[in-house]
Amino acid sequence: MRRVKVKDLLREQRTFQLRAIIAGVVVAVLLGAVAGRLLWLQVVRHGFYMELSQGNRVRIEPLPPDRGIIYDRMGRVLAENTPAYQLTMTREQVPDLEATFARLVRFGLLEAGDLPRVRQLLATRRMFEAVPVRLRLTDEDIGRYAVHRHELPGVELATRMARHYPYGPVGVHALGYVGSISEDDLKRVDPSEYFGTAAIGKTGLERSYESMLHGTGGFREVLVNAEGRSVESLAGGQPDLRVQRPVAGGDLELSLDIELQRVAEEAMGEQRGAVIALDPWSGDVLVLASTPTFDPNKFARGISIVDYRELTMDPDEPLYNRALRGTYPPGSTIKPLMALAGLEAGVVEPSDTRFCPGFFMLPNSRHRYRDWKREGHGTVDMKEAVMTSCDVYFYGLAATLGIDRIHDSMSRMGFGKPTGIDIEGERSGIMPSTAWKKSAFKTRETQVWFPGETVIVGIGQGYWTATPLQLAHATAVLATRGPHFKPRLVRAVRDPTTRESTPRPSEPLPTIELKEPGSWQVIVDAMVAVTTGPRGTAVRAARGATYSIAGKTGTAQVFSVGQQEKYDEATIAERLRDHALFVAFAPAEQPRLVVAVLVENGGHGSSVAAPIARAVFDAFLAPAPPAEPVP
Amino acid sequence: MSAPLIESRSRRTVTQGSRLLKALHLDGPMLVLLAVTAGFGLLVLYSAAGGHTALWTRQVARLGLAILAMLVLAQVPARFLRMLTPLAYVAGVALLVLVAGLGEIGKGAQRWLDIGFIRFQPSELMKLAVPMMCAWYLHDRPLPASLPQTLAVLAIVALPAGLIAEQPDLGTALLVAAAGLLVILLAGLPWPWVFAGAGLAAAAAPLAWFFMHDYQRQRVLTLLDPQSDPLGAGYHIIQSQIAIGSGGIFGKGWMNGSQAQLEFLPERSTDFIFAVIGEELGLLGQLFLIGLYLAIIGRALFLANECKDTFGRLVAGSIALTFFVYVFVNTGMVTGLLPVVGVPLPLVSYGGTSMVTLLAGFGILMSLRSQRKLVRT
Repeated sequence: MRRVKVKDLLREQRTFQLRAIIAGVVVAVLLGAVAGRLLWLQVVRHGFYMELSQGNRVRIEPLPPDRGIIYDRMGRVLAENTPAYQLTMTREQVPDLEATFARLVRFGLLEAGDLPRVRQLLATRRMFEAVPVRLRLTDEDIGRYAVHRHELPGVELATRMARHYPYGPVGVHALGYVGSISEDDLKRVDPSEYFGTAAIGKTGLERSYESMLHGTGGFREVLVNAEGRSVESLAGGQPDLRVQRPVAGGDLELSLDIELQRVAEEAMGEQRGAVIALDPWSGDVLVLASTPTFDPNKFARGISIVDYRELTMDPDEPLYNRALRGTYPPGSTIKPLMALAGLEAGVVEPSDTRFCPGFFMLPNSRHRYRDWKREGHGTVDMKEAVMTSCDVYFYGLAATLGIDRIHDSMSRMGFGKPTGIDIEGERSGIMPSTAWKKSAFKTRETQVWFPGETVIVGIGQGYWTATPLQLAHATAVLATRGPHFKPRLVRAVRDPTTRESTPRPSEPLPTIELKEPGSWQVIVDAMVAVTTGPRGTAVRAARGATYSIAGKTGTAQVFSVGQQEKYDEATIAERLRDHALFVAFAPAEQPRLVVAVLVENGGHGSSVAAPIARAVFDAFLAPAPPAEPVP
Repeated sequence: MSAPLIESRSRRTVTQGSRLLKALHLDGPMLVLLAVTAGFGLLVLYSAAGGHTALWTRQVARLGLAILAMLVLAQVPARFLRMLTPLAYVAGVALLVLVAGLGEIGKGAQRWLDIGFIRFQPSELMKLAVPMMCAWYLHDRPLPASLPQTLAVLAIVALPAGLIAEQPDLGTALLVAAAGLLVILLAGLPWPWVFAGAGLAAAAAPLAWFFMHDYQRQRVLTLLDPQSDPLGAGYHIIQSQIAIGSGGIFGKGWMNGSQAQLEFLPERSTDFIFAVIGEELGLLGQLFLIGLYLAIIGRALFLANECKDTFGRLVAGSIALTFFVYVFVNTGMVTGLLPVVGVPLPLVSYGGTSMVTLLAGFGILMSLRSQRKLVRT
């Protein structure tokens, strides 16, 4: 027979009561055990612990590691650690605090507005501690301090190691900078490693190679008395004080050429934009410039709020890394690649010609896609179309290819995805396709790809955007005629103790194989014609060069002009003016350097961007050739 | 003769007071005990915070919030609490899963859910929702529960506890698991099963070792030999024992503990605040606090026994004993009896969420207890 359990409320209550009593007993016993433990610690062993707490004790002082040094490709120091001077105050040694404050202000060593902060700081520290009251002393400050030193008892100069960038703003967007550690930074790293460290990489290489540059922190045990004051070790009777030396961070050897970088930045002048120069045979980045620049030393020393605000409020956005993060329509600079795509797809032959009346129309449409030259270029073949930058030729070619074939071809060259350069923050830009439009737009009507949108992609406009780095990266394929490498800034890492340098091999990407290898030369010849041909757009910029340049100018529209209007530069606000672009490699036969230049709102690629690239080529190729072997 | 008059007036005040307490479903002795403990806690925290008044005022504000939560919850009718239990449990588990998902994205320990103005820790909700869910499940089944039923309750406990342990937040996982297991014990799990379960747990310990994070294993090893790692995990234990031991019977005096004030003692305003009490107020200060805790637990168990239905008794009993688990794990850890597990000293440690949860629990306990006059079973 099966027994059915019923709920017996009275029994449940009795069970609970019993269990609660047992629980109460267990609670009492266990808390009794804690009390017993307390008796043991506080009564039986009290003397022992009292001695430990009163006598000299060991305090652990962190020893920060030396941050790795950064060298350029010629071994020039780009980032190092130098002593920085700060003013410290030890309260118990200051006879009259207020009088000392007044003197510090009078001597210009402290600002009156800083006093409340300093007072608060002193109040929270112990009497014998040297509290930094002013960071970042200039040489003048140190001089004034030295003169008045006798009037300032208890005020001392202290040194600490601070990051210093000898070239200042040159190359700042590649190097990045270090700054004081924020809470967000501590989430990225192991906080116990950063106990004694004052600064951490914030941007650029300093950030991306933080784990390599930082090194390993050490510590030192010091004896302190019951007040916490450091005391000398008494002979014998004291435990051995341990010291664990910090291990310095690794040094970086860059592919960057800081003097070439300087040439590029100086050529940019006051203009906003970016310059990239790279070795197409290794992906080594020799120049990564974004202008305007700023001085990273300000950050490394501890930037003032005023200075920081000035940088962030600047309408020219100096902190913005245009080389990696700026995405712009590539404009006509992609015409050689477009021509190559046409040859590969077999839809055009180099000798095929097209008549350019100054505009292009799609079948069954009355919309006129205008050429930059109103009167047209007449009949042009492929070489002439590239040389004169004929828009109509490429409108037609793009319409024949269709957007998806263009997308596939350009994706192989690296458009629409990060190049994989070894610093953070790179943007992908957009390489449009029908699939891209489906995912980028929400409603069904906006997801449709229109033939007209393909037409303007043919001249690097429309949805297509790319970073200056991507432009250089894609142009590098034309320079090598196939082999392709991931751009990189760090060529080798040097161990600070053994001084041994470990090279990082360059990372090859899949080589671009053409069905018709002869097409490479067709395109390169067309690009040489740009700088040498009768109507080449960059002839003036290339005049007098001792080497041959294969290049392509570009002028990217920021602002669209109506059907019947005429573009008038003077009347359009500076910020709406076209971006000027130029991509090139030289020497054309055996390329050693690829350069991409972008000048925001610069106007024409031929007159504004090309001369900047020329300056970089001249500095690299025209003087005594560099000592390194040419691959 | 005025003396009797005064006496009678004061007696009248007392009766009025107790009537008010009854109307508000509050328990006088318990309120007094909690108030004294929280007051003592604020006193200690003031010293432990080393003149950091901002920290102290924040704690006062949180205490106010916690008291408000207690008073409000005490007004919620018990049957309402029971009805809401499954909802709270399911919502809590869902939030834990959500937080785990966000943590996956954020790549790191994720315990918080940011809802605009307030940061909310779903695991705190589970400290109350888990025992309530266990009691809700057992409450209308004949007790002691059968084996399948017991296994079902174990599953109710294991799901959220496992999610929290994954965060990883061992301390909270331990408290949530304890709160649920205590319900099973109080419901009258047969003793042979209790001992069998304990034996099984002991046998599974090596297995747990296998699943522990490295830092958790380190803490266990360090307990056995603090000198093995004097800079890392052992540092806490060594310093807190020096603090307590050097305090002696009477302590070094409030605000005068050299270990605490010179910052030798780590986490002195949070998990290790019991060592500050030992150093500054001595054995007497610590025993006073332990006495208060004992009285609170005793009173809570007494109130639990007064509840007239099984749900109320089980939840109230679990709340009382979970409070004990807090006390024991924290004091055991600080005095070097137990490994270092992040469990705060209730009502004393700096930190808002645990205080709110604790006092909310006491609010629920008082609501459940006041049930007896309203419902006849």
